[in-house]
Formats: sequence, structure tokens, C-alpha cells
Amino acid sequence: MEKILEIDSVTAGYGDQVVLENVNLAIHEKDFIGIIGPNGGGKTTLLKVIMGVVKPFRGKIRFFTSVEENERRITGYLPQMNNLDRNFPISVTDVVLSGLMSREGFFSLYSGKQKKLAYSILEKMGIYHLRNKPVGELSGGQLQRVYLSRALISSPRLLMLDEPSTFVDTRFETDFYEILRQLNKEMAIIIVSHDVGTITWYVKTIACVNRFLHYHRSNVITQEQLEAYNCPIQLITHGDIPHTVLKKHEKDHD
Amino acid sequence: MIESFAELMQYRFFTNALLAATLASIACGIIGTYIVSRRIVFISGGITHASFGGIGIGYYYGFNPILGAAVFAVISALGIEMISKKTGVREDSLIGILWSLGMATGIIFVFMSPGYAPDLMGYLFGSILTVSGNDVFQMAILAVVIILFFILFYKPILFIAFDQEYAKTHNYPVQLMNCILITLVALTIVMSIRVAGVILVLSLLTIPQTTANILTRDFRTMIFWSVVFAFAGSITGLLVSFQLDIPSGASIIFSLILLFLAVRISGWTLSRVRLMKQMNGKLPHQRLADKKR
Ligand SMILES: Nc1ncnc2c1ncn2[C@@H]1O[C@H](COP(=O)(O)OP(=O)(O)O)[C@@H](O)[C@H]1O
Ligand SMILES: [Mg+2]
Repeated sequence: MEKILEIDSVTAGYGDQVVLENVNLAIHEKDFIGIIGPNGGGKTTLLKVIMGVVKPFRGKIRFFTSVEENERRITGYLPQMNNLDRNFPISVTDVVLSGLMSREGFFSLYSGKQKKLAYSILEKMGIYHLRNKPVGELSGGQLQRVYLSRALISSPRLLMLDEPSTFVDTRFETDFYEILRQLNKEMAIIIVSHDVGTITWYVKTIACVNRFLHYHRSNVITQEQLEAYNCPIQLITHGDIPHTVLKKHEKDHD
Repeated sequence: MIESFAELMQYRFFTNALLAATLASIACGIIGTYIVSRRIVFISGGITHASFGGIGIGYYYGFNPILGAAVFAVISALGIEMISKKTGVREDSLIGILWSLGMATGIIFVFMSPGYAPDLMGYLFGSILTVSGNDVFQMAILAVVIILFFILFYKPILFIAFDQEYAKTHNYPVQLMNCILITLVALTIVMSIRVAGVILVLSLLTIPQTTANILTRDFRTMIFWSVVFAFAGSITGLLVSFQLDIPSGASIIFSLILLFLAVRISGWTLSRVRLMKQMNGKLPHQRLADKKR
């Protein structure tokens, strides 16, 4: 499988605080990586390092892009939703279009072509009828789809989702993961979550981030392995015994 | 006592006041929409009061107090924007400090100035009837700059204001845009001090926007209605100020508030009437069927 990008011995953080240390990870096409780890472990920072918002102290991010693709265009990003202002006067379509923003298109208003693109994505997400609504009038699930549309409008090769399930009701969550499974046929996906029980259903591999990154080349993980990775997270969900949870899920799955 | 509008228009001071009200409405309508949407009303309050320091220094050293206010406002605006981000000082605490420091500086210099300061009240509460041709000229330049900037950079302004963190992931010059915008906020505040005064200028940047927000939840439309309401409120306020000989800031605020109440109440009544009409003569299950359709 073709490599999209490579994180090479990256150490990063804020000011003089080191948050990530000596992180190595290669991301290939069709990857579906679940990132887990405790709060403050550096998951969001890792995504920001990939997008170039946080510059590494040491190490490098290498993109394997064709000449015409610039580094940022290949990533789509759905941020953690905790600091968004629901009352901001902006419409659904404008939010989606903001996924196309770049230094080049700084001036001009949107071309009809871009608007059509936005509409077609909204249609795919099943929220075309909400296109002129202000974001303040949407439910959590609808809003989540709007942000997903914004991440998708630039046709990324790598989609990064930061704790997307925080705001979503359980009914929508199943739909949401089904959408992701479909998208994964066309793009690599990285999803941050602390709901380990749920994401292991969908992801192909797991990365544990807690200052260091441990890559686990399978979606089956045990409590013992998590401890070995220095990733203090409880696997126990729905009262199941830890290491049988995932086996059971796999059976359900087939 | 009541003179006709045409008669008033013959006075130079009155046309200046009218122009000032119009230009301030345009600048405040646009900038205020940005302020309210981004929820930086408190920052704007800090900038406003910090600018009083410049007014005092202008008094003392005998140069145009508005110039001093502009320097103080821009420096504190950029200070709030940069310092709190770089050094981790709490933003609201920093604003509180600049707010009171500016007022203290202003008061000290005004008191040290020899003689009586007759137009001090004007700076504090607005004196739109004493606006000079030069003031109008400065306001016109600022209004033109703001209009052009918002037309050319509408998209980035909207997107950065809505979601800064996301804008950064697209390699947008977020910091630069924020600095330019906060400078425009500072200059708009200073230019409107002539109209509404240090104490009351924030009303021009928030009340019309809140009124507009009742009608729309779209940034562009909100700018439009904010300008309209700011204009209506300040012209009414200007006429009242002239008739009753009271500070223009106070009369403008009362006009703005009345306008807000009028829109609020009529909006509320309208939706009530609509609801009543829908319910009229229909059984509950019919209403339900209507809703589904
Ligand atoms: N913008 C920032 N400035 C300074 N420190 C930050 C910033 N963002 C995150 N941190 C710190 O970096 C650490 C990791 O944060 P984060 O990557 O958000 O963790 P996670 O997403 O795993 O919860 C935390 O200790 C947090 O306080
Ligand atoms: Mg996080």
C-alpha cells in the first residue's frame, strides 16, 4: 500500500513543555487508525503536528504527495468540538465551504462550482435540506455531519477526526461509523477516541498515545497490552471481561 | 423651538453631525457585528476605556485628544491580542488592568491640566453637535477602509472569526488577520467617541447588532441590519440631543434601546399571531398533519 505520510522521530510540545516524544508513525492509503490514550496524553497535539499547526521541536513529517497536491490539501480535519460557538451567525453551507479555504483563494467569493461541490457533499451526508440553516439551529448529530462535510470538501487523502463521538447521540453514532467505513474505501482515516470499546469495531489498527506512541498492528487489544504500552485506559465496557470484549465484538461483526 | 429639518441642514454643525452619525453607523455596524459574533465585547470595553488615557495626555500636552486616544486604543488592542497569547497572562485580567490603567492615566492628566476642561463631558458622553469637518473626514476614511477590507476579505474574516483553530490548520494567516481586525476595532471605537463618548460608545457596537440578530443569523445580513439600526438610532438620538440639549451619547442609546424593544416585541407578536392563525378552527390531529407536511 502506498505511503501517504511519515512521522519521523518527532518531539513536539508547547513552549518548553514536551507533549510528544520521539514519535514514529507511517500512514498508508486505506489505513484506519484508532488513536487512544488518556486525557492530555497528546492525541490532539499529534493531529496538529501532522497538519503543521504545531511545529515539532525535533524530527520531521514527510508527505508523499504528487507535485500538484500541497501538504495541507491532502488532510481533512474534524476538530474536537468543545470550543465551538454554536451561536455564531454562519450558515451550514458557509461552514462547509470554509473547508476549501487556502492562502490562494483569499479574496474572491465562492464560485458556483464550489457551491455545487458543497451541496453534493451535504446531499451525501443527508443534510442538504439544512444547507441555509444557521449552525445554531442544528442538533449535535447534524452539526457533526456539517463538520464532517467541511473536512471532506477538499477531497482529502487522509481524514482526521478528533473525538467525534463526544457530541453525538448513540443512534447517530452507528450511522456515523457506517459513513466512515464507506469513506475508508477512498481515504485513510485517523480517529481519536477514548471510547475504546466502540472504535475497535471499526478501526484496523490502534495507536496508543501518552507522550510516547505505541503502534498496535491490530484492532484487538488487551488490558495487559495497554498497560505494557503505558496507556492507562479502561477497556471494560458494558460489564464484559476485558480481553473477551473484542473477540465477542468480532463475532457479532460476522 | 422646533425648527424644520431643511432649516437645520443649513447649519454647518448640523450637517457635520449628520455625516458623523452616518459614518459612525457604517463603521460600528460592520465592526460591531464582528465584535458581537466573536464575543469580544469585553475586549472592546477594555480598549475603549484604555483610550481615555490618550485623551487626558492630549489635553495636558495640548494636542488633539482623539489622536492620543487612537494611540492608546491601538496599543492596548494589540497588547491584548498578542500578550495574553504569548505569555499566558489571563486575557480578562489583562483587559481589566488596561481598562482601569487607561482611565486612571486620563483622570490624572485631565486634573493636572491648567484651567477648566469644558469639553471633557463631550469625550465622556458624546457631543455629536461639536464634530468638526476634520473629524468627519477622518471618520470617512476609516469607514471606507473598513468597507473595502470587509468586501475583499469577507471569507477569511468570517472563517477565522468562526473557528480560529480550524483556520490555522489551513495555513491561514490567523494572527495577522486578528491583529488587523482588532486595530480596526480600536480605530472604530476612537472615531465613535465623538458621537457617543467613552462611557457609552460600546452601545453603538452592541445594541444594533443584538437587534439585527433577532432578524437574522447570517453574518452578512446581520451587518446590513446593524448598519440600518445604528443609523436609525443615531439620527433619532441626534435630533433629540439637539432639541433637549442633552449629551448625544445618552439620547442615542435610548433610541437604540427603544428600537431594540420595538423589533423584539413586534417579532414576538408576529409569531404569536401566526401561531394563533395556525391553530384557528383546526382539530389537534389536523394540526399534526399540517406540521408533517
Ligand atoms: N495550545 C496549547 N498551549 C499549551 N499547552 C497545550 C496546548 N494544547 C495542549 N496543551 C497541553 O498539551 C498536553 C496534551 O494536550 P492534548 O494534545 O490536547 O491532549 P489530548 O488530546 O490527548 O487530550 C496537555 O498537557 C495540554 O495541557
Ligand atoms: Mg484532545
